Amino acid sequence: MAIDKFPIEAGHIMLFARAVGDPNQIYYDEAYAGTTEVGSIIAPPTFVQASAQFDPDYRLRPKIGQPWFGSGKEPTGVPPGSGGGGTGLHAEQHYEYHRHPRPGDVLTATVKPGQTWERQGRRAGKLIFTESITEYRNQHGELLVTSRGVGVRTERPVEQS
Amino acid sequence: MALSARQLKVGDTHEEQVVDNLTRTQIVQYAGASGDYNPIHTDEAYTTKIAGYPSVFAHGMLTMGMTGVMLTNYVGDGRLTKFGVRFTKQVWPGDSLTAKATVEAIREEGGQHFVDLTLSTVNQSGEEVLSGYASARIDP
Repeated sequence: MAIDKFPIEAGHIMLFARAVGDPNQIYYDEAYAGTTEVGSIIAPPTFVQASAQFDPDYRLRPKIGQPWFGSGKEPTGVPPGSGGGGTGLHAEQHYEYHRHPRPGDVLTATVKPGQTWERQGRRAGKLIFTESITEYRNQHGELLVTSRGVGVRTERPVEQS
Repeated sequence: MALSARQLKVGDTHEEQVVDNLTRTQIVQYAGASGDYNPIHTDEAYTTKIAGYPSVFAHGMLTMGMTGVMLTNYVGDGRLTKFGVRFTKQVWPGDSLTAKATVEAIREEGGQHFVDLTLSTVNQSGEEVLSGYASARIDP
């Protein structure tokens, strides 16, 4: 998964800030942002996650004309079991900020696979963890954010206590 | 407003309720903004009948994003240098979350002051749903 072009846009930042429940003016009010230390609208700390919007192959977005594993007439639009057992969940997420992205930055994301490991879970059977490291650079080659994510695939749904 | 090394001490805490009665609609909003349309977050039929969960549940990244609201309110805009978390429990519609930062260390590196924080976000039953850490640049 690599992303060639992730333009940082003010409207997208505003929608993202609303979604996480953040009323901070720095995320939508250019005039206010201009008077602050950072001097412009900036992206909220977890915003680079929205780079998924710009990944042409992103698995968790319906594609025009292709079957989708969510419900329509039936609870799933693909043959049951075709997606593998269990569920993919997000286990960990780590960010290092070299500079916070702002509108006008056009990022690329390069992804390096990290480690893979297994553990027997108490509530979801065998757990397979997969790490990936993503570097977000702008159009000048400046490294803005380094991200390390850990996903986990569970053998069965997590038991609820 | 940035934090100041002179005024901080190890053990200081800052906490905020970051959501009261999480709605399915907010989860939909997050799916739309982030681009993560995994149906386990928004599609009750798929989630209960196929994925085997009692209901849809929030993206871990929504919980991290909401924790980030508390964090930037505390350390100021553009000040974070690190932010990392583990998702320890699922977050469900109807949950209310409180995010807390605790000062672990105040340090100086190359003439710049930093604060290191530990983070914990709990639900209305006091169960931890996220644990983590952050660092931020602070004023002298």
